[in-house]
Amino acid sequence: MSGTWMTTRAWLLMLPLLIIMLAVIGWPMIDTVRLSFTDAKLVGASGNFVGVDNYLKMLGSSNFQRALWATTWFAVVSVTAEMVIGVLAALLLNQQFYGRTVLRALLILPWALPTVVNATLWRLIYNPEYGALNAALTQIGLLDSYRSWLGEPGTAMTALIVADCWKNFPLVALIALAALQAVPRDITSASLVDGAGSFARFRFVILPYLAGPLMVALVLRTIEAFKVFDIIWVMTRGGPANSTRTLSILVYQEAFSFQRAGSGASLALVVTLIVTVLAIGYGMLVRRAAGSAT
Amino acid sequence: MLKSIKKSLLGATLIAAVSAPHAFAETTLNALFMAQAAYSEADVRAMTDAFSKANPDVKVNLEFVPYEGLHDKAVLAQGSGSGYDVVLFDVIWPAEYATNNVLVDVSSRITDEMKKGVLPGAWTTVNYDGKSYGMPWILDTKYLFYNKEILEKAGIKAPPKTWAELNDQAKIIKDKGLLATPIAWSWSQAEAAICDYTTLVSAYGGEFLKDGKPAFTEGGGLDALKYMVDSYKSGLTNPNSKEFLEEDVRNVFQNGEAAFALNWTYMYNMANGGKDSKVAGKVGVVPAPGVEGKSTVSAVNGSMGLGVTTTSKHPDEAWKYIVHMTSQETQNAYAKLSLPIWASSYEDAAVTAGQEELIAAAKLGLAAMYPRPTTAKYQELSTALQQAIQEALLDQASPEDALKSAAENSGL
Repeated sequence: MSGTWMTTRAWLLMLPLLIIMLAVIGWPMIDTVRLSFTDAKLVGASGNFVGVDNYLKMLGSSNFQRALWATTWFAVVSVTAEMVIGVLAALLLNQQFYGRTVLRALLILPWALPTVVNATLWRLIYNPEYGALNAALTQIGLLDSYRSWLGEPGTAMTALIVADCWKNFPLVALIALAALQAVPRDITSASLVDGAGSFARFRFVILPYLAGPLMVALVLRTIEAFKVFDIIWVMTRGGPANSTRTLSILVYQEAFSFQRAGSGASLALVVTLIVTVLAIGYGMLVRRAAGSAT
Repeated sequence: MLKSIKKSLLGATLIAAVSAPHAFAETTLNALFMAQAAYSEADVRAMTDAFSKANPDVKVNLEFVPYEGLHDKAVLAQGSGSGYDVVLFDVIWPAEYATNNVLVDVSSRITDEMKKGVLPGAWTTVNYDGKSYGMPWILDTKYLFYNKEILEKAGIKAPPKTWAELNDQAKIIKDKGLLATPIAWSWSQAEAAICDYTTLVSAYGGEFLKDGKPAFTEGGGLDALKYMVDSYKSGLTNPNSKEFLEEDVRNVFQNGEAAFALNWTYMYNMANGGKDSKVAGKVGVVPAPGVEGKSTVSAVNGSMGLGVTTTSKHPDEAWKYIVHMTSQETQNAYAKLSLPIWASSYEDAAVTAGQEELIAAAKLGLAAMYPRPTTAKYQELSTALQQAIQEALLDQASPEDALKSAAENSGL
């Protein structure tokens, strides 16, 4: 069979999927771009062309800048913590010990829970009147009175990050655990014989095997964290005093609560752009990591 | 292969044939309600069952969402061109819904009997620009609830008549060590905070808008926010109030952890008679206080109405359902969590029995209901004000500056 026929056949086989993708992703995307240059409302008038007005207004607004900062902070801190905790958990679960299977099964639980359930659960834990966190901290003497964790700008974001970590570190741990199992035993044994300490063994023997898969986890988690919406919407709705209002919350308020479809669309596109740039940047890193691992 | 296709085609035809007669005779309505405050979900289901029994050809699908999701859900369904036939809407939305063609103008469907029977104030819930966009269904305002036992222990003879007096009494309770933080409010970054704020704005004789422009940055609007901040800083108010919604306030109050609480009608029977209430039988209720020289009581219009959406394919059946839900008979039967919109219901012993105190407070409160501004940009204004309230409470800005930036961000 000739190469061209193979290529043609491949495209033919992909055609139905491509058409569906264009219909459900391509068309809404193009329509969003069109909307972003209008002053359209969600309901009613289809809107007039206003050029780049929406973009200019939004990029200059303090709401956007604050939300961009809050989103970046949330993404950087939560993803870093999830990566570190995830790898540590994987290293632990890769050891031989009694009850390992049960622990591994338990690990998946937080990740498998729907985000809304997770968020509601943590809202109860943080409850200022009867929350478990307040009870625990006062009982061990770290606090002398109950605090309003989600009601103060200083602690609300951290509280959200902890909840997000609890839900998402298992994904990193699972990916890392799978990669760890691929590390050949003879190499780790050889490094032991050569007298490598545990840190050196991790850094020079194990980490190269983990780098590629961890990069994938990092890309997935960063993109998700940048788009974060549901966990925040359930727990604080962007409050107190907008301290946890991320870009996605801003998009939601603009497009749906205030019904300004036009400026909501422009805002959504800016978020898409940021996430795309991140994804491409990471993509290059993944390729480099994969190249160095082999 | 062919055989199995034939078989399933035959099956499909059979199913279609069996279900077709029903599909033609039966109308299905989709209705959107909320899952908190006023009538309980069980009440709404029971009211609807009664309607279905009387109208077997109309089926009603009920959907309940929290208040926080009600507006966006209704608007989103409308934006996609399908969805609900009947929606519950808050008093603050008719202007926006009318401007954006979400609700049908039902002025011509409202009978003289309805016009005469329903309390005049209730109509402000559904009217905009001289037209009616539905029927008022929940007639509500915020009341001041108090714990009789705690007041008695503190030696307080009568509940407060002014907001200043509320502070004095709370201070006595705090000083006597009965409660560390005697007052509970719903000041979360949500509409609930605006309802508390509006109650105070009405007490201080303030105004939200003047000639369509923000006027809350001075006078009564400013005094109201100052009162909230002072009450918060003095420690008389439960500091967690800035995270509370109405249900949190109810929890705190019925656990006996608040001497005073501002909340809607529904809390009265739930806290005073509910099984999970620790203060059952000890709950007192009065209209929200006034300000000396300015007002004797204060109140926010927190009523809600039922309307027919412009995308409904069955507007006649939808209206019939609304008439049933808002009828005096239905409302009288479920008057425990939400008081009727009908004037003569308040003379009916079946309605007033066991809640005489609430009815007495309602007579004063409902008459003083102050509206939140009617503007198509209400959601924006409210969001800006919510932020201002939180910033002032958290000491990130003075009340003056917070309200100024709210005015700038209000879109008006």
